[in-house]
Amino acid sequence: MASISMTVNGKTVGGEVEDRTLLVEFIRENLRLTGTHVGCDTSQCGACVVHVDGKAVKSCTTLAAQANGSEVTTIEGLANGDLHPMQQAFKDNHGLQCGFCTPGMIMAATDMVNRLGKDLDEKTIRTELEGNICRCTGYHNIVKSIQDGASKM
Amino acid sequence: MSEGIGARVLRKEDKRFITGNGKYTDDVTNHGQCYAAFVRSPHAHAKVKSIDKSAAEKMMGVEGVFDGHQLTGDGIGNIICGWAVASKDGSPMNMGAWSALATDTVRYVGDAVAVVIADSPANARTAAEAVMVDYEELPVVVNAGEAIKDGSPQIHPEAANNLIFDWEIGEEAATDAALAEAAYVCEMDITNNRLSPNPMEPRSAVATYDASEEHYTLYTTSQNPHVARLVLSAFYQVAPEHKLRVIAPDVGGGFGAKIYIYPEEIVCLWASMKTNKSVKWTADRTEAFLTDAHGRDHITKAKMGFDKDNNIVAFKVDTIANLGAYMSLFSSATPTYLYATLLSGQYNIANIHANVRAVYTNTTPVDAYRGAGRPEASYLIERTMETAARELGVSPADLRRQNFVTEFPHQTPVIMAYDSGDFATNQDAAMKAADYAGFEARRTEAASRGKLRGIGMSSYIEACGIAPSAAVGSLGAGVGLWESAEVRVNPVGTVEVLTGSHSHGQGHETTFAQLINDRFGLPADNVQIVHGDTDKVQFGMGTYGSRSGAVGMSAIVKALDKVEAKAKKIAAHMLEADEGDIVIENGEVKVAGTDKTLGWHEVCLGAYTAHNLPEGMEPGLKEGAFYDPANFTFPAGCYICEVEVDPDTGKTEIVQFVASDDFGTIINPMIVEGQVHGGVAQGIGQALLEEAVYDDSGQLLTGSYMDYTMPRADDVPSYVVSHETTICPGNPLGIKGCGEAGAIGSPPAVINAITDAIGNNDLSMPATPAKVWAAIQASQTKQAAE
Repeated sequence: MASISMTVNGKTVGGEVEDRTLLVEFIRENLRLTGTHVGCDTSQCGACVVHVDGKAVKSCTTLAAQANGSEVTTIEGLANGDLHPMQQAFKDNHGLQCGFCTPGMIMAATDMVNRLGKDLDEKTIRTELEGNICRCTGYHNIVKSIQDGASKM
Repeated sequence: MSEGIGARVLRKEDKRFITGNGKYTDDVTNHGQCYAAFVRSPHAHAKVKSIDKSAAEKMMGVEGVFDGHQLTGDGIGNIICGWAVASKDGSPMNMGAWSALATDTVRYVGDAVAVVIADSPANARTAAEAVMVDYEELPVVVNAGEAIKDGSPQIHPEAANNLIFDWEIGEEAATDAALAEAAYVCEMDITNNRLSPNPMEPRSAVATYDASEEHYTLYTTSQNPHVARLVLSAFYQVAPEHKLRVIAPDVGGGFGAKIYIYPEEIVCLWASMKTNKSVKWTADRTEAFLTDAHGRDHITKAKMGFDKDNNIVAFKVDTIANLGAYMSLFSSATPTYLYATLLSGQYNIANIHANVRAVYTNTTPVDAYRGAGRPEASYLIERTMETAARELGVSPADLRRQNFVTEFPHQTPVIMAYDSGDFATNQDAAMKAADYAGFEARRTEAASRGKLRGIGMSSYIEACGIAPSAAVGSLGAGVGLWESAEVRVNPVGTVEVLTGSHSHGQGHETTFAQLINDRFGLPADNVQIVHGDTDKVQFGMGTYGSRSGAVGMSAIVKALDKVEAKAKKIAAHMLEADEGDIVIENGEVKVAGTDKTLGWHEVCLGAYTAHNLPEGMEPGLKEGAFYDPANFTFPAGCYICEVEVDPDTGKTEIVQFVASDDFGTIINPMIVEGQVHGGVAQGIGQALLEEAVYDDSGQLLTGSYMDYTMPRADDVPSYVVSHETTICPGNPLGIKGCGEAGAIGSPPAVINAITDAIGNNDLSMPATPAKVWAAIQASQTKQAAE
């Protein structure tokens, strides 16, 4: 067992977890923050993306213990107010259908802006989305959403 | 801003998804919940000699370990196919037994033989690995063409040579005669590659048994919770229908894979009764690849005959359809009534004959996947048309156009009666948007950069809203394919619509609310759409086959008609006016030509106070309707794909994709365009990237996202989407349906473009760089030899 403590969405949380506990399990099962999803088990689909110390991380392949002492942000804690500009942009541009990949897409998109700036061209966005799979939208409106959201961040 | 029919209303349901507050099945957690882990066969075909559960039963946290003998011993029935398709000699289909937990024989890798119920997912999985199963391996066959040969491994005792049925449609003698007299016959060998649907949310089930009430509740990832309840009750005897509540909450994509009732839901319900615990199971992605019904997998030989003026005179098709190891719920209908009935395409063809042999193999069961039979038909027809044009030396666009059906209704030789359409206008619009005329200049420019540029067209037609119920019943369907709706108007005038359709990405909460806005002028925010819960909605057939618009919304319209009629009667009574003079608009109820007006909410309140109702009228304002369509609907369109191929690597880049569709009336263009985008991406995935591959021993080689190539954002282009509308005469809104068109129309456009670019027509899907490079080499070798 490992004793862990971290900040998740601004709140200090912690507890005893089995060493093998994944960060996504800790977030979903222990904290009951179910906006972070599991769509695969090979770090490919990106439905589980959260921010750890300001960087996008796939929480399905991170041990909870690795995030010990970190600041974690999930989709539930992204907005400072009603909606984050990237969340609003996904709604405004119909960037989601079933919604399952959406939290990971939005967390990856905000990380993209944090790293590369607000002026993102289509090719950059498409390349950067390599680690996030969507089966519904054909990506067309996700790309538009990220361009729009980036400009408003 | 209007929120009625035709308006680009932003989605009401989005906020919960973008904030992480969607509620999917795996998000459901019950007190004291346990977890199921399945023991699955590692062999594609084997006898189960023994199952030793003793070690697993003693492990930490284990509540129970159960096998198929216990399951069948408790009277749980076999899984069935719900559509009876007879062979051409009149004999019924040869359906083998499928127990949710295999008892004596396993028939594909992933076939479940036992289940462990434990207090955590990790403990359940660890114990499942401790269940010792003694297998005796049997010979394996994975290819459908091999499976029907004499001497092949026999998978079910009920199906000699693994043949499920040998079915035909159309007139064979007349088709043969027309082919014999044809001036030119185009012959095609076509394989339609096997796909895995891959909704991003893996399948999941949470089953809870209440012993005191003998009542079950099942949360599950279903496109049709009422069908699930019916089948679980009537056929699998898991629980009586009135003692089983099925809830399909937010569902993360379906694409067909979540129509069916799988072993896992049956076992979780049964195990919740055995253990008296709430039981959760969620597939990991490899389980999804192994057990979600696959799609496509056809091998086809076809001949299309033309007269001396290039008019099509006959089309003859011989298809072998791989149905996998067991017959899934609609598996028999997909390669027959959803496939061969569309073989006339957009064309006048006097003679058509199709023969379809459905075959068992040691692979995952195959059933409907987005498009379901129509993509296979469209790929066959549109590859054939493009090939014929090249061989005849005429323009592919012109060859299509001269053969288009232009008068409606049009009876094809294969059941379907097309009710409306304007195929030439769709083709015009697509050619204009794609600058088809300017292509040769672009090809020359690409060549100067060392790239091979090609263009390909596809003029698809499909059939949605499978119907009418009596007709599908006569063709073997075990269910009716109507839809139900109930419109409940509250005393304050807000509206709840209960629908039998199910939204798993389609945006029903928005589009269905637009109907209410259109009818009564109420803001979409005053409307709540209720779906996905058998305790709330009385019955419904669910969402698949692009039926929610054409069938589901038609039911809502019928219920609205009744609500409107009653509201007008009440208003006429309250306003002392003639019922025929009452109009309802912008949330007000008025007497036409006067200043007499009531607020909509006043009429609704009047219905519930019942202080001043017409003589004999029941209080309340709530109406239900069942809608059974009169005919299929026929979405159609023209897609044009333009590619550049790198001859050194074989890598294809899609540089332009144009779609011009006729979906009939469009309720919300934003949502419809999104459906096309997603469908086209899945079609491009089939054409370029995706294939479920088995080795000869029946191991699935593409069992993860490391192996199965899902389309990523940089694999697909931005799409140019437009609509040319003819109204569907068969339903009150004039809707044809839009959910599957993209996946149906796009694969042939992509392959036609690549084969045009490389000058070699011999190319199968998925057109991976390795295959394209090899095709380029073969073409160059052939040219050098000539």
